[in-house]
This record gives sequence, structure tokens and C-alpha cells, in this order.
Amino acid sequence: MTSTTIDILWLTVGAFSILVSLTFVGEVLRARQDPDTDNPVLETYMTRVQSWWGMVAFIGIAMLVGKVGVTVLFAFASFAALREFLTLTTKAQADHWSLALAFFVILPLQYIFVALEWGGAYAVFIPVYAFLLLPIVSALRGDANRFLIRVAETQWGLMITVFCVSHVPALINLNIDGYGDRAILLVTFLVMVVQLGDLLEYFFGRRIGRTKIAPGLSPKTWEGVVCGVISAMLIGACLNWITPFGVWGAMGMAGIASVAGMFGNLVFAAIKRDRGVKDWSHLIPGQGGFVDQLDSVVFAAPIFYHLTRYFVGTA
Amino acid sequence: MTILRSFFARIVGHCIRIFARSITAVRADWQGIEPVARQRVYYANHTSNADMPMIWSVLPPNLRRTVRPVAAADYWLKNPLRAFIGPEVFNCVLVDRRPEVSDKPMDKILAALDEGSSLIIFPEGNRNMGNDALLPFKAGLYNMGLARPDIDLVPTWVANLNTIMPKGKVIPLPLICTVTFGTPVHVNDGETKDVFLARAAAALADLRPKDQT
Repeated sequence: MTSTTIDILWLTVGAFSILVSLTFVGEVLRARQDPDTDNPVLETYMTRVQSWWGMVAFIGIAMLVGKVGVTVLFAFASFAALREFLTLTTKAQADHWSLALAFFVILPLQYIFVALEWGGAYAVFIPVYAFLLLPIVSALRGDANRFLIRVAETQWGLMITVFCVSHVPALINLNIDGYGDRAILLVTFLVMVVQLGDLLEYFFGRRIGRTKIAPGLSPKTWEGVVCGVISAMLIGACLNWITPFGVWGAMGMAGIASVAGMFGNLVFAAIKRDRGVKDWSHLIPGQGGFVDQLDSVVFAAPIFYHLTRYFVGTA
Repeated sequence: MTILRSFFARIVGHCIRIFARSITAVRADWQGIEPVARQRVYYANHTSNADMPMIWSVLPPNLRRTVRPVAAADYWLKNPLRAFIGPEVFNCVLVDRRPEVSDKPMDKILAALDEGSSLIIFPEGNRNMGNDALLPFKAGLYNMGLARPDIDLVPTWVANLNTIMPKGKVIPLPLICTVTFGTPVHVNDGETKDVFLARAAAALADLRPKDQT
């Protein structure tokens, strides 16, 4: 067993122990309440904790399988997210082929490029080639009605749910001096600081939040976001032993990822509000859809990838 | 042999359901009724050949066992594969749309209702290819409601399928499909056919998601 595998096991054990304590708190609260009354907040909390169990198990297994496992896991997450996204966008019969290409050609190819470590290919494939090709396919059908809206929304969906999400497994491809095969741990670092930062942002926002950032869009408050980002930085510092950044570097990277994630969450709140939906779908019990779950990681992943490459990467 | 065939039909049914769920993540939205075993006629909008399998897939198992889609015999008896899937997997009530046959569709439908089955019907008659939400309803729904007034007629809106599987396309798009069940309607005392059909169509069109384009 390599030291990386042992670290992954430790991290999984750590995540499971957080979940055990969250489940324990929920069960105690459930046991203490009057059995005849119904507490929707507690029930939502418990469904969410159950979904987290599933997620931690999936990510843990994927990490132990290695790069292929992580790539396949995020490819499926991308597929589910793209499906949720394109369900809500503007489209016409004329877009049938371009949408089919998006799902069955562009998405798999992007992840194949990631798996093959073709950095140049996965950096430009969607922003350049898909960007130019899909409107051509749609235009060939000769339907001009709302054409720009249709192609723009499709492209936006691909950028968010495929291009950005694929940068999570792409972290494994980064070459970092003296870090060797440990780059897979960057995935854990990113997902953990962003998700835990979100969770604590929600908690502090509920407790001490006063000033709303964007009233009418989201209940997020400045107080909650500041506390969430500071918590993410502290968690990042605690996890610095799995990164090549050092303590201060890990704090900084965690802070940037967390800030990007929280404002990404705000962007998705604006899209949902515009389309008149509360959640992107119903697929993850208690949490809505895959996009609801991934939104902050989506915004953080490409930024985290490029900054890591810039500061510590060698190629 | 019959046992083997019906066993195989159940396996195929499961495969169709799993396929529908994995491609479209199809989901039921029980707005007007509860998913409980009760005799009902689900009447739905019809934009795609996949409408009926979608509704069938979202029904809970105990409801699915007692539901029978009403479908055109000329479509489902065209080849041996369809003749297996239609009557045996979906347990369709096959009706002959040709006017010259003596076997009247309404007799078969009422016979199925009298056996205690629930039904899935598409009162528009044909697939809706235009831009209108619904085509004018055929009289069948009214006649059923008049003949068996106790049975709930449940409006059932299938959203998104026309983009998932447009006519003539082979590759389905994996978009999320929702089946919404509304509040049941019944034929009121003395209500004429046209008034009832307009009311039933309005109840169905109300379930259409507002953001749908």
C-alpha cells in the first residue's frame, strides 16, 4: 500500500467520523422530540446527512480505484448535471442533433482527453471546438427563431457542467515537483474545503447573518460568507499535509476556492430564480439535483486547477 | 410456455422502466391525487410514442399491475415484437380505429373498466405535432365518464418528451421528464359533451409547466 492510499483511507475515515457525529446529533434530536410532532427541519437535515453518506462513499471508492475511478465518477456527475441544465434551457426541434452531440460525443470526449492527460485538448475542446461546431449543426436545420439564445444557453451549459466539472479529475494530471502520484489528493482537498466551507457558511449565516449580499436572489449574507471562507481557510490549513502548498499556501488556495464557490452558488441561484425553479432536479434526496450539489465546486475547480498549475506546476 | 412468456414480459417491462428512468430520470408529481390503488382513467397529452411507457414507468408497482393503456391495434400488431410488447408487456387494451369493424373500441374499454382495471388514454387521438398545447379531444373520454361516473378521470401531463424523442428521431435526448397528475374530473349531471371535453382539456393544460417553450 502506497502512502497516497493510506492518506486516502485516513481522509475517508475522517469524513466518515464527521458524518457519524452529524448522524448522532440528528438521532439524539430525533429521540428527544415528542414523537407526535413533526419537525420538517430535522427531517430535511437527516435526509441530507444520508445523501452525504452516499457521496462520501462514492468519492472514497473512486479515489481508492484511482484516476480512472475519479474520472468516471465525475463524468457521470457531469452527465446528470448537463441533463438538469439542458432541461431548463431554451431549445427547439432544430437543436436535436447538436444536443445529442453534446451528450453523447462532446461530454465523453472531454473526459477521455482528461483520462489521456491531453492538457491542450481538454483546455480548448469545449471553449473552441464545441463552441464553433454546435451552432453550425443547429444552423444547418434552418430555424432562426431565438437562435442566439438557443446556442448561447447550450454552450453555457456545456462550459459549466462539462468543462468546469472535468477540471476536478484533471487535477490528477498536474505535474508537481516532489509531489509524485499524490496529485489525486488535490481532488479531496478541493472538494472538502469547498463543501465544508459551504456548510459552515450556511450555519453561520443562519446564526449571525444580517446583511444580505443579493436580496431577492439568495439568503446568503456577508457575515455568513466571511465566516464560511475563514472556516474553509482553517480547514485548508489543517489539510495542508496532503497538498504541495505548505500551510500558508493551503490557506490561501482554500480561501480562493471557497470564495469562488460561494459566488458561483449565487450565480446558480440567479439562474434558478430566472427559470422559476427551487432545485435543479429531485435526484439527490434532500439536496435537489446534481447541479445544486456541484455548483460551488464547479466555479472553484478551473480556478483552483490553473492557480495550482501556475504556482507549483512544472509542465 | 405461457408462464415463460409472461415471465419474460415482466423482465422486458423492468428493462423498459429502467431505461426510461436512466435516460430521462422520469419523475411523478402527484399534485391532485395520491399514488394509491384506486380505479382511475389517466388521460394524458400525446406528443411522442414514449408517452405511454413514461406514465407506465412512474406508477408505483401495485398501480402498474392494474393499469392498462388503451392503444391502437394497427400500431401494436404491426410486427411480432410490437405484438409482444404492446399486449403482453404493457397489457394494452387494443382498439381498432377503422370505422368498418364491428368490435367497437368503447365496448372493449368499458369491459376493461368493468374488470377493475385502470386505464391510460390519449384523448387527442393522434400525436400532437403542432405548437398548440393540446389538440381537440375525441368523444371517448366523455363517453367513459358518462357510462362509469364513479371512476376518477385524472389529467396527466407528460412534460418534455417532445424534445426528448421528437418524431422521426432515433437518438433520445436525456432530458428530465416529469409526469404530473392533476385533480380528477367527472362528468357533471346534464353536462354536454363539448362543455365537459373543454373542461377536461383545461384541467390537463393547467398542469403544463409555465416555463415550457
